[in-house]
Amino acid sequence: MTLLIAVFAAVITTIIWYTNDKRSQLKLGTLTLMYWGASLMWFVDAVVEYIELGAEYFTPAPADMLNDAFLGLSVVAFGLIIWIVILMIKDPLGVVRKTILNK
Amino acid sequence: MACFIVPGTEAIVTTAITKIVEKKEKKEVCSCETEGAVEAVKEEKALPFSRKLKWLNNMLWGGTALLAFEHVWHGEVTPFFPFLTAAGNAQDAVQMLKEMATAGVGMALVVTAVWVGMVAIASGIEKKAAKEIEVKKAE
Repeated sequence: MTLLIAVFAAVITTIIWYTNDKRSQLKLGTLTLMYWGASLMWFVDAVVEYIELGAEYFTPAPADMLNDAFLGLSVVAFGLIIWIVILMIKDPLGVVRKTILNK
Repeated sequence: MACFIVPGTEAIVTTAITKIVEKKEKKEVCSCETEGAVEAVKEEKALPFSRKLKWLNNMLWGGTALLAFEHVWHGEVTPFFPFLTAAGNAQDAVQMLKEMATAGVGMALVVTAVWVGMVAIASGIEKKAAKEIEVKKAE
């Protein structure tokens, strides 16, 4: 479930990156690659788990699924927080700098 | 248990390599005396290698950060020594090392393989664009 949510986040951010003209200024590539990196790593984790468990891997307990979904959404939120922090620090549009200097 | 340490270590190495490559690329541009030459260098190298390395860095750092979050969620990483709960006893430590050797190394290899594919595609596009420019100049 965590892998699935991470893959969806990666695909959605890739579509936003592809269609948005401000992709470079908004550091959308960083966010996209971050989610793809995590998705690939969880994919490997899933393959290792599948080798160990076999078909049982595809029939998780409802409580585990719910916890994994909660974790997946939290991971997406954590990724967004990292991206926002990078955006604020690098400040490619100079908005943070302008705001501070105006004060 | 601690599989994210392997891609994290790779991320440290690739970030260091990126910094070195960036310095070299800056030196190459600065060694060109005239502005025209600088433009020529920029045109020739449409996408510097350091930029391509940053793709790998972003994937490795991002993946490591999100996986570390997952390990904190599961209580496998703690804010106090030895930081990894599995490192507390020998039996768990052996299992942790086994996981790092299988899943961890696998993660690092898969991410790197995907990056190699991305670089190959980007190089193909660059070569195609260069050929198109040559054809246009010849016309």
